[in-house]
Amino acid sequence: MKRLINLRPERAARLALSALPFAFVIGLYLVSSELRLAANPNDKLLPALPQLYAAIDRLAFTANVRSGQYDFWFDTLASLRRLVFGVGISALLGLCLGVASGVIPYVRAGASPVVTAISMVPPMAVLPILFIVFGLGEIAKVVLVVFGVAPVIVRDMQLRAMEIPQELTIKAQTLGASSWQYILRVVLPQVMPRLITCIRLSLGPAWLFVIAAEAIAATEGLGYRIFLVRRYLAMDVILPYVVWITLLALVMDHALRWLQKRMYPWAESEHEARPAP
Amino acid sequence: MSAIALRHVWKTYQGQVVLENLSLSIDSGEFCTLVGASGCGKSTFLRMLLGAEPPTRGQILIDGRALPEEPDAQRGIVFQRYSVFPHLTALENVALGLEFTSSPLLARMFGRRRRAAFKRAALMLESVGLAAARDKYPAQLSGGMQQRLAIAQSLMMRPKVLLLDEPFGALDPGIRTDMQALVKALWREQRFTVFMVTHDISEAFALGTRLLAFDKVRWDPQAPHAYGARITYDIPLDREARHARAVLERQMAASESRAAKLAVAAEA
Repeated sequence: MKRLINLRPERAARLALSALPFAFVIGLYLVSSELRLAANPNDKLLPALPQLYAAIDRLAFTANVRSGQYDFWFDTLASLRRLVFGVGISALLGLCLGVASGVIPYVRAGASPVVTAISMVPPMAVLPILFIVFGLGEIAKVVLVVFGVAPVIVRDMQLRAMEIPQELTIKAQTLGASSWQYILRVVLPQVMPRLITCIRLSLGPAWLFVIAAEAIAATEGLGYRIFLVRRYLAMDVILPYVVWITLLALVMDHALRWLQKRMYPWAESEHEARPAP
Repeated sequence: MSAIALRHVWKTYQGQVVLENLSLSIDSGEFCTLVGASGCGKSTFLRMLLGAEPPTRGQILIDGRALPEEPDAQRGIVFQRYSVFPHLTALENVALGLEFTSSPLLARMFGRRRRAAFKRAALMLESVGLAAARDKYPAQLSGGMQQRLAIAQSLMMRPKVLLLDEPFGALDPGIRTDMQALVKALWREQRFTVFMVTHDISEAFALGTRLLAFDKVRWDPQAPHAYGARITYDIPLDREARHARAVLERQMAASESRAAKLAVAAEA
């Protein structure tokens, strides 16, 4: 018998093991729901599958009588738009400012302390300010996401740009590179994989800020809906929405990882074992 | 292709003297090998020649003019590690210098010019024996191949001076011999001036036309940083060199053991 640390599960066993916790949670839910509904058929806390299905059908596949919209998809689109704009602007800002201050000491001297200070401000504390300044529309929500996410990306990009070995910086200069050419051909390609990782890690906080902003002031969006139906204890709506948000986040995470592997194959092989000479 | 002169060059870091009072003149096309105990300032010397660090005092001249204060395409460099760009294939690594010089804004070439440049790069790769690896990324190459690539990349710019900072230090002995032969052959062909730092004395004697040994002449046990290294031996390499080598090996051994003793004393 090998030691435990040397035993690795086969593919089938690995899949089964990863499915196990999910199956357990779903099973636990179904049993608890059954028990509660047996005691009180009007219980709203743990709705059974047919009730969940009915709620999904009502929101996703039936037009809202008053507005004529399909609420579920309308909410999804609204939230995704806020998220994508927020994260996109943050990424662009992070890339430009982060690389500039990582590479150019004069920019770093000016930008680094203020970015550090801004990153310490709790974004939720400035949310009222954003609503006052930008009104209750889309801008305030996108700005909240940028405020929460961008400083981290800027700082990470700056660090990554500064981590480029000095040997490479000198080497580029001996090949005749100007500062701009160095940024374009050496720094940018090397920080791009890290930027994608950064975006992946920022998705969690970004969702948090979108939902929070929607909970406080919005007329549509996944977070808006959840907080709206909370008043009626409508768990049959809240639960599918939470699962949906999780699914969306997972899909984005996987898509970004795929993109990273696809576009920057060298970043992968850098960490792999080197072939024998 | 380029003569270098040092006039009373000093280098200190926060009161710690690393190099003191170096005066030297190197002829164009010379192959200088630099030896000395670890931490005696050989690499600092190389970095000053590169322009990556200014001398604290004194002057360095290249062809009679002050050395530019930052690295440029006149002087190529190969480090022990991190000498090639991990995100470019072998061919792209070699062609990068050409792209820098001919496209200031985008640092990329297109169409016919690109094909011509990459053809030149491919020839250069071939001359260092890397034709088969042209589309591989550095991480897929062995250590020796990466160093070949770094040399090819530098030589593409036709530098007047080539600086080598322990370029073969991390390589296996067999590959090392191949690499020495490669560098020697390329040097014979192009006659750039070479400065090569090495830990391996036999390498220093085998490759160089002139050997510079760095060591501290003055030594104060109470203040080990008060004095810096000087060039203690400046040997034109010929038959007499064999004798000098024996003397030098003894001196290096003594210097290393003294440094080791001092380190032990400092810890105690």
